[in-house]
Amino acid sequence: MRTPLFKLLTIGLSLCAFGGAAFAQPQDGQARMATLIKHAHLYTVGSAGTLNDADVLIQSGKIVQVGANLAAPSGAKVMDAHGKPVTPGLMVSWAPLGINELDLVAETNDSAPNQSLDSAAFDVADAINPNSSLIPVARIRGVTRSLTTPVDCGDVFCGTAAVIHLGQGPDLIVKRQAGVLAELEPNGGSGQKNSRPDIWNKFRETLDDAREYWAQRAGYHRPGGSRDQRSNRIDLDALGPVIQGKEPLLVHVERASTIRQVLQYAQTNKLKLVIMGAGEAWEVASELAAAHVPVVLDNDLNLPFSFSDLGATLKNAARLDAAGVTVVFQPQNDDPAHYARTITQIAGNAVANGMKWDHALAAITKNPAEVWGIADTYGTLEPGKDADVVIWDGDPLEVTSAPTAVFIKGVAMPMTSRQTELRDRYRDLAKKNPPHGYR
Amino acid sequence: MGPSNRLPVWGAAAIVALTLALAWWLIPSLHSSSSGAQVADQFPNDDFPSTYKPRPSKPTLIRGATVLTATDKEIGSGDVLIVDGKIEAVGQHLDAPQGAVVIDGKNKFVTPGIIDIHSHLGVYPSPSNEATSDGNEATKPSTPEVRSENSVWPQDPGFTRALAGGVTAMQILPGSANLIGGRSVVLKNVWSTTTQGMKFPGAPYDLKMACGENPKRVYGEKGGPQTLMGDVAGYRAAFAKAAAYRASWRKYWKTKAGDPPDRDIGLETLALVLDKKIPVQMHCYRGDQMATMIDVMHEFGFRIAAFHHAAEAYKVADLLKKNDICAVMWADWWGFKMEAYDGIPENIAMVDHAGACATIHSDDPIGIQRLNQEVAKAMAAGRRMGYPITRAHAIAWMTRNPAKALGILDKTGTLEAGKMADVVVWDHDPFSVYAHAEKVFIDGALLYDRSNPKLSPRSDFELGQEQNGHTGGAGQ
Repeated sequence: MRTPLFKLLTIGLSLCAFGGAAFAQPQDGQARMATLIKHAHLYTVGSAGTLNDADVLIQSGKIVQVGANLAAPSGAKVMDAHGKPVTPGLMVSWAPLGINELDLVAETNDSAPNQSLDSAAFDVADAINPNSSLIPVARIRGVTRSLTTPVDCGDVFCGTAAVIHLGQGPDLIVKRQAGVLAELEPNGGSGQKNSRPDIWNKFRETLDDAREYWAQRAGYHRPGGSRDQRSNRIDLDALGPVIQGKEPLLVHVERASTIRQVLQYAQTNKLKLVIMGAGEAWEVASELAAAHVPVVLDNDLNLPFSFSDLGATLKNAARLDAAGVTVVFQPQNDDPAHYARTITQIAGNAVANGMKWDHALAAITKNPAEVWGIADTYGTLEPGKDADVVIWDGDPLEVTSAPTAVFIKGVAMPMTSRQTELRDRYRDLAKKNPPHGYR
Repeated sequence: MGPSNRLPVWGAAAIVALTLALAWWLIPSLHSSSSGAQVADQFPNDDFPSTYKPRPSKPTLIRGATVLTATDKEIGSGDVLIVDGKIEAVGQHLDAPQGAVVIDGKNKFVTPGIIDIHSHLGVYPSPSNEATSDGNEATKPSTPEVRSENSVWPQDPGFTRALAGGVTAMQILPGSANLIGGRSVVLKNVWSTTTQGMKFPGAPYDLKMACGENPKRVYGEKGGPQTLMGDVAGYRAAFAKAAAYRASWRKYWKTKAGDPPDRDIGLETLALVLDKKIPVQMHCYRGDQMATMIDVMHEFGFRIAAFHHAAEAYKVADLLKKNDICAVMWADWWGFKMEAYDGIPENIAMVDHAGACATIHSDDPIGIQRLNQEVAKAMAAGRRMGYPITRAHAIAWMTRNPAKALGILDKTGTLEAGKMADVVVWDHDPFSVYAHAEKVFIDGALLYDRSNPKLSPRSDFELGQEQNGHTGGAGQ
């Protein structure tokens, strides 16, 4: 395929010090270099809280030190944040980012399992495209991580999620098998998926099968071994980490009564449950908090789109947060991959509707890091973490703000995308030469 | 049945009684139609007349606010005076009439009511299910005979949410399955049991048409169109037929010989489009397709008021300016299909910078609640590419410009004396994510007050739904 070497080079030149190294060795060369960000209004989202006029030292892709008046190691690139906000890179959750280029162009869209059976084994890690044009579009707006998931589902189970970073290079996967997504909402139309008991039975049966299968898995794999389950072997394999409580079961559900039902099931069966969507989650807030079950949501969804979310409200996130539930935000729900950059707006609107600002920032950094099991390397600006760092030109949750610099694993990202190139090609319409196609 | 048979009894009586006063109605050059009554030598154009009446209002003075008039003017510590449902004055140090309600505008912002030029509230309402999906008459590719107003469910809770976002008027369009989707309707965002009770008085009808992928997707396997060239052939065939229909009526009106031609409701609408009495609101993503539609427009002599979802308007902004066609855009939607692949966040600012008419739209029951934020994003994107866009200017993208594209700028869309008092008071700069519409006035009547649950309309649908408690529909 065509590698845009020329563009990488010009971008590198405009970014001075680290650009040339990026061209030679996109990951390693830059990552080894030290960068010191000075005079930041630093939202660590960690135990140090918010630090005024603080510095961040980045080296070998990691955050090495955070504090006031840090000394630059020799050869370090020094950047002055001029008192502007600096945050961890942001994380989107429950988005087909990296597996979907154009929703309606089927061969570019790998976000929907094409089968009617359960598809727990539908693994997004098998489809991540590091060259997706959506990745630079999202990262120049501060998004550096994604819990990438399918969006549509087979029969109840949808597929296996993965955590990716949004940097450059051939392999973006940070964590495979980061959880299995299931769909418990009736999806309208005709057929069995309209009835909750049917959906519930399939959900239970598949998980029962998975437990039975895993209990005798060695036997099944012996010559002459047998099993008697409805589901495919690979789907039962994929459910292993979930039934063992090692990785989360992500359940999309809206109605309060069904949230209670799945909550009880997860407790009985010792599952690590994460509730997705959940327009009526606030009605179950205290139970969710007591069970330490997080909720992933686009908090802007305040309409009764179905009879399952008649309780939808803009106060959902604030009420959950106040009750002690761990909240994680999804970007604009109707297309969370293309609109990954709306994650700051979703968080800002939650603040406008009662959520604490610091908590809203945590819901797009630290909280997803913890819920998706990558908090040892990402989520806060603390020594030892990967250096996903964003310098902003204003309040990061404000709709008029944007990053001025984005680091992923210590590497300064080019602040360009297919969209900035289209912009620059057409920005001067009056000038007829050269034709736009030559610009 | 010819149009002359449509004169209702009460209409005939009224005309007899008011012959002198209404004589000018009969002069076609002065007036296109009468209310519910067929005028000679004209196609009828007001078949479902508005019954909207402004709610009672009190004289109101908003004092000492930052006022964005949508005429490129920002007044720091400005006043807006509302009397009899109209804007009486905008300025500084205005006197409150006796008995006026005075609102302290300190630290507040005042703007015209937001106009969403592209909404499907009511025709694709919440809850969304088969019973409520009334936005696309996808039975054949050209359905000029249908009207969105006949599909609107006034109890869509989405109207109340939009009101809390400062939206005072909306164009409700048929969907984009069809080449010619039918007439749209402009509504005031007022609670009413009937659609007629929401209809914006005096707003022209518009015709929804659609370029590109959607008609191909819907009809490609159902007899076509299957291609873009099939799309264009479909528009031209429809207008050629409409031109013949119009000619047959004109001939009849001139000669009064024989029976009148058979009435065809769809061709009647297209004939009014050819008469430039009904402008076209054209769903069109790609720049090259806009250029093609401009040629079709010139061929048949109709008027395209706006290209909607115009993801590539920035590529042809000069052409739009030359033809006086507005571009109706999202702030940052893109990529959900091939024809949306080149959408960029700078689109609105670039179209505006080129001197063409730029307008935001939602096309979405969530987005309509935050058009101020969408404009803020577009403004910020423009500023980052070096355009010195003031908020006094950007406010027009959601007020003045959509009013212009809908032909209602003489009535609303700016804060100027004599206009309908469609006014929003914000608790912060409206171009902030933290801003809320605090008070929304429509024709001078306070119809939403964030601090007063009694001034928060609720849809019938949401009554008695246990989970909603008593939170009030609009602020939900």
